[in-house]
Amino acid sequence: MGNKPLFQTTRRQLLTAGGGALLIAASPLKALAAEADLLRARADLFGDRPIREGRVTVTLPPIAENGHSVPLTVSVDSPMTEDDYVKQIAILSPRNPLPLIAQFHLTPLSGKAEVSSRIRMSGTQAIQAVAEMNDGSLWSGSMETVVTLAACVVL
Amino acid sequence: MTGIRLSVPETATRGEVVEIKALIRHPMESGFRRGSRGEVIERDIITRFECDLNGALVFASDFHPAIAANPLITFHMRATESGELTFRWTDQNAEVWSDTASITVA
Repeated sequence: MGNKPLFQTTRRQLLTAGGGALLIAASPLKALAAEADLLRARADLFGDRPIREGRVTVTLPPIAENGHSVPLTVSVDSPMTEDDYVKQIAILSPRNPLPLIAQFHLTPLSGKAEVSSRIRMSGTQAIQAVAEMNDGSLWSGSMETVVTLAACVVL
Repeated sequence: MTGIRLSVPETATRGEVVEIKALIRHPMESGFRRGSRGEVIERDIITRFECDLNGALVFASDFHPAIAANPLITFHMRATESGELTFRWTDQNAEVWSDTASITVA
C-alpha cells in the first residue's frame, strides 16, 4: 500500500514556507503588536471609557537625534479650578518595550495643566497623551517624532 | 546621593501661576540594557515624585523606565499662600530623597 506520510514536505513547499516567513517578518505585524500593547495599557488605566480626541497638545522636537533623552511637553486645555481640572495625564508609546512612559497627577493647586520632562524613545513613533478630567471624561492628543538614533539598544 | 536641583521663584503675587522645575541625579536604569558580556543590567528607577505646599499635594508623577536618566520635571503651581514646598522622590526600593524650597506670596 502506498502509505504516504500525512505531512510530506517537498523542497518546493519548504522554499515557499521560507518565503512566507520572510514576508511576515518584513510586514508591519510587529508594529501592530506594539500598537496592541499601547491599547492594552490604555485599557488598564481607563477601562473601556470613550476617549475623545482634542484638548491635549503633545510637543516634541520634529526630529530627535538621540532617543535616550527627548524633551516632551504636554498641555491640556483646562481652567484648572476647584470644579474643573485635569486629574491625570498618561503618556503612552506605541513602540517602546513598555507602552506606559509616565503618569502626571495634577490638582487644582497646579494652576496650569502643562508638564514637561525628558523621555526615552526606541525609534520613530507617535507619542500619545491621554488626559483624565475630574469629571471622568478622557481626551487625547499625539505627536510623531523621527528618532535618528533609537534608544532601542539602550532603553 | 544628593544631586537635587530645584527652580522655584522666591516671591509671587497671590493667584499667579508659577513654573517649578525639579531635577534629581539618578541613572534611571531601564532594565532593558545589556552589559558588555550580554548580561541584563538590573532595573533601578525612581518610581514616584511628589511636590506639596504646606502638606497639600500640588503635583505628583509616576515614572516608568522610559523616563530619561536624571529625571527633570517642569510643572506649575497657583500661588495661593506663602510656605514651604517639599519635593520627594521615591525609588523602586522605597528609598526616599527630598528637599524643600520656600515661596513668599504677597
